[in-house]
Amino acid sequence: MTGAWIAVLVTAAGCYALKLAGLTVPERLLRNARLRRFAELVPVALLAALVAVQAGAKGSSLVFDPARLAGLAAAVIALMLRAPFLVVILAAAGTAAGLRLAGIG
Amino acid sequence: MTELAQPADAGEPGGSPPRASTAPKPVRDGVLLGLAVGVSGLAFGAAAVSAGLTVWQTCALSLLAYTGASQFALAGTIAAGGSLVAGAAGAILLGSRNSLYSLRLSGLLQVRGAARLLAALGVTDESTALALAQPDNAAARTGFFATFASLYLTWNAATLAGAIGAGKIGTPQSFGLDVIGPAAFLALIWPRLAAGWSERGVAVGGAAIAIAATPLLPPGAPIILAASAALAGTLASRPVSAP
Repeated sequence: MTGAWIAVLVTAAGCYALKLAGLTVPERLLRNARLRRFAELVPVALLAALVAVQAGAKGSSLVFDPARLAGLAAAVIALMLRAPFLVVILAAAGTAAGLRLAGIG
Repeated sequence: MTELAQPADAGEPGGSPPRASTAPKPVRDGVLLGLAVGVSGLAFGAAAVSAGLTVWQTCALSLLAYTGASQFALAGTIAAGGSLVAGAAGAILLGSRNSLYSLRLSGLLQVRGAARLLAALGVTDESTALALAQPDNAAARTGFFATFASLYLTWNAATLAGAIGAGKIGTPQSFGLDVIGPAAFLALIWPRLAAGWSERGVAVGGAAIAIAATPLLPPGAPIILAASAALAGTLASRPVSAP
């Protein structure tokens, strides 16, 4: 409980400090092409890692959850059809919920 | 915030969000953008409470961190049983692109003192994209704050609604709420994957590193280790000439 509050507040302070830092430091830092490229790629790597871990892991063990994977597959299909964000989320959650209702996963 | 709207016009992180050929009306477009994207706070509120955060903790994140990808990351790490330290570290690392946004915005906004402290909170994908699409500094400033106000209010109201809604229903899994987090991340990086082969390579690399490291490291740490895929992707790409 207390630990979660500390994590919430540390995250909030860190995210805010990062935003404020850019408004405070000289703009010439942006001219470093490699630094800029790294900043572009960091979210891609971290978010892909989160997708993989949340899809196939629980704690430190790898798990196979058919309903969860099917929900993600539904999200992929919705994204390929250029569906809006909320539709993607609903397709994923709805597919997983439907399969579990049917006793799968 | 996030790339939640997955718009092609949300701008590249640290890159150059495209300038619209016809200048949008800064207030109207900013308010509409904020309303459309802010509704996604429902998904965050539900995911965070399902992950085990309280309604107050969930709302505190939206009020104070106000950056969707980082918020989802913290909730996701907690949901996966990860340590709080790893969760916060991953979330803050994910927020690093906002530094590049505000670097870009500082010349446009020209804010000092208390106005700078307030403007910093409002730096998101959406407010950055809308500000950079304006023809002059005054319109950029107007558009930035219009987007900020609209998105901030909508995102936080939606977060509260999603958090309360998730608390009232039964087991999160029976409603598929555990899939919301990964589906949201997938939607967030989807436009980036279309950007090029190095992006796709970094995504696959990051996912592979995280899965391979999961049995070996404490939960949450594999996510941070995945940043090495971004480092490899940066070093592998040829030196880019400055624009």
